[in-house]
Amino acid sequence: MSKAHTLALFNDFEAAGRALQELKVSNLPGFRMDDVLIKSPIEHPELSEMLGSRPVYVQLYTLAGAVLGSTIGFTLIASAQGNFLQQIRGGRPIVPIPPDMVLTYELFILIGVLMTVVGCFIAWKLPGNRSPLYNTRISEDKIGILVKADPLVIPKVNGIFERHQPLEIMGEQGR
Amino acid sequence: MIQSTDEKDIEIERRFVPKAKDINDEIAWAQINKDVLRSMERPRLMYWVIFLASLALFGFGVYCEIYQYQNGLGVADLENPQVWGLYIATFIFWIGMSHSGTLLSAILHIMHADWRKPIYRFAEAMTTFSLMTAGLFVLVHLGRVWEFYYVVAYPNERWAWPNFNSPLVWDATAIGTYLTSSIVFLYFGMIPDLAICRDNAKGVRKKFYWLLSLGWQGTDRQWANFRVAYLTVACFLIPLAVSVHSIVATDFAVSQQPGWHITSFPPYFVAGALYSGCAAIITLFIVLRYVFRFEEYMTMPILDKTCRLTFAIAMVWTYLNLVEYASVWYGDDPVAKQTLLFRATGDYAAYWWAMNFLGSVVPFALAFKSLRNNIPVMLVVSLLLNLGMWLERFMIVTPTFAHGFYPWTWTDHWMPSWVQWGIVAGSFGWFSMLFMLFCKIFPTVSMYEVKEMVYHRFVARKARA
Repeated sequence: MSKAHTLALFNDFEAAGRALQELKVSNLPGFRMDDVLIKSPIEHPELSEMLGSRPVYVQLYTLAGAVLGSTIGFTLIASAQGNFLQQIRGGRPIVPIPPDMVLTYELFILIGVLMTVVGCFIAWKLPGNRSPLYNTRISEDKIGILVKADPLVIPKVNGIFERHQPLEIMGEQGR
Repeated sequence: MIQSTDEKDIEIERRFVPKAKDINDEIAWAQINKDVLRSMERPRLMYWVIFLASLALFGFGVYCEIYQYQNGLGVADLENPQVWGLYIATFIFWIGMSHSGTLLSAILHIMHADWRKPIYRFAEAMTTFSLMTAGLFVLVHLGRVWEFYYVVAYPNERWAWPNFNSPLVWDATAIGTYLTSSIVFLYFGMIPDLAICRDNAKGVRKKFYWLLSLGWQGTDRQWANFRVAYLTVACFLIPLAVSVHSIVATDFAVSQQPGWHITSFPPYFVAGALYSGCAAIITLFIVLRYVFRFEEYMTMPILDKTCRLTFAIAMVWTYLNLVEYASVWYGDDPVAKQTLLFRATGDYAAYWWAMNFLGSVVPFALAFKSLRNNIPVMLVVSLLLNLGMWLERFMIVTPTFAHGFYPWTWTDHWMPSWVQWGIVAGSFGWFSMLFMLFCKIFPTVSMYEVKEMVYHRFVARKARA
């Protein structure tokens, strides 16, 4: 069944919090808290907590990047030094561990950083994922609550919003 | 009620941690956007004066570089034993400048030092452009610049023998990593602000910010991932910054040159880097505050804190400097001791004493509140500190080459030619030009973090009431 979207703009976090609280206990059919998004000019963890657990997986990308970076770093350098098998090195080690650790360390950080940021972009589902309703006042000073629900439920959701003095309610037929 | 701070904590903080008001915490969020965006549109006339002067300086530097490229390094008076001259001294100076961006944005971020929020963005930009400038000197000082890739740890199938054990190869890798990570950190932390620019821009600028803001809408999922990723990158950057300057120090310390073969060089270089970077932050703070009318965001209490931080780092640097002198003086290396004496009494003695005076005595001006609150005095002091730190790098490179192991190699009176001075001046023009362009195109005050700062203080004030 296709879903519809509605976005309510609030003046402050308190009003948005009260609206979220009421949505949470409303038990409306065809509506889930998982389909609610808060849009705000700054992060507000307490408000986000009301939406339930939304785990962040960026650290896994960081870990993968760090492991990958160290491995690639050491392997690339050691394989480049592998040429020294055919060149006379005066008795010195073909793959000297202490100096190679420096370069490995740098690549560990470089790929760790890059993978962290890439992981974040993947978590944002960029560049394709743009939620359909947005108001430029959100980047200024307003708090938005975006709800995706069955079209039949949307008027009830809007009713809840209206009880908490929203500045504006925007609607659009979604997928 | 949605309350982000525990009332008990606030009560304890109110009683035991009295705070100066860093910024006006009653300023409206919309006003923050308006002020910062307006500053990008209409800076003071001084902006164009600085920009054009930088451009002229950069142009002169380019002329000198072309002249040197066409005629060889001889025109720069670079020959044995003076093979590095001002180029490597200035290279270290610019690498050092880059460290304070990491200090302000990463270390203070992890320590939740709120006051960094209005000023860390330009410090990060300073980091990026300093590294880009430092990278140029690696190329400039090469006799055959087209073979620059010999310093990179590239695969060895050409049998070109890059020396993986050489700190110069580590250096290139570390600086490359630091530059890439700094650009990523700067850009990534700016995404919410780029969305603000997108929402307020028109025409081509809107398209530009739209592309860069990557569809940021400030959703809770975006914020949660952004916070974790930003903190993680900050954690990576701190050891990276330390490693970069330690490796630069290793370029010197692993050599046998008298005066360089000192164990304390890496921490000494890191402290010097933080020191010169903090002094540069004070200079740029004062310039940006005036040019972009940021009086309400780059406030005197924040300048005061930056100055106190600089003073503390200056004392660390002074201590490590004394450690270096003492370890040479009491050590069992007569040649190193002679080099130290030569620095203090030889042809470069004036520079050595100037360095010690500017680096260790002038910072005591930062210990006095009345001076810290005087903007013209702080501008002069910060410039003097930077001059002192540049002299420090000059003193590391030039007198050591001038007074090595063998008396027949001594070049006690050596001074750089005008070509070297021109390229060094050009590097300052290049840095200032890039920095000023950045400030015109991107928000130099982090709008979303200033909003957070204002909001948290509002919540704290409300809880107190």
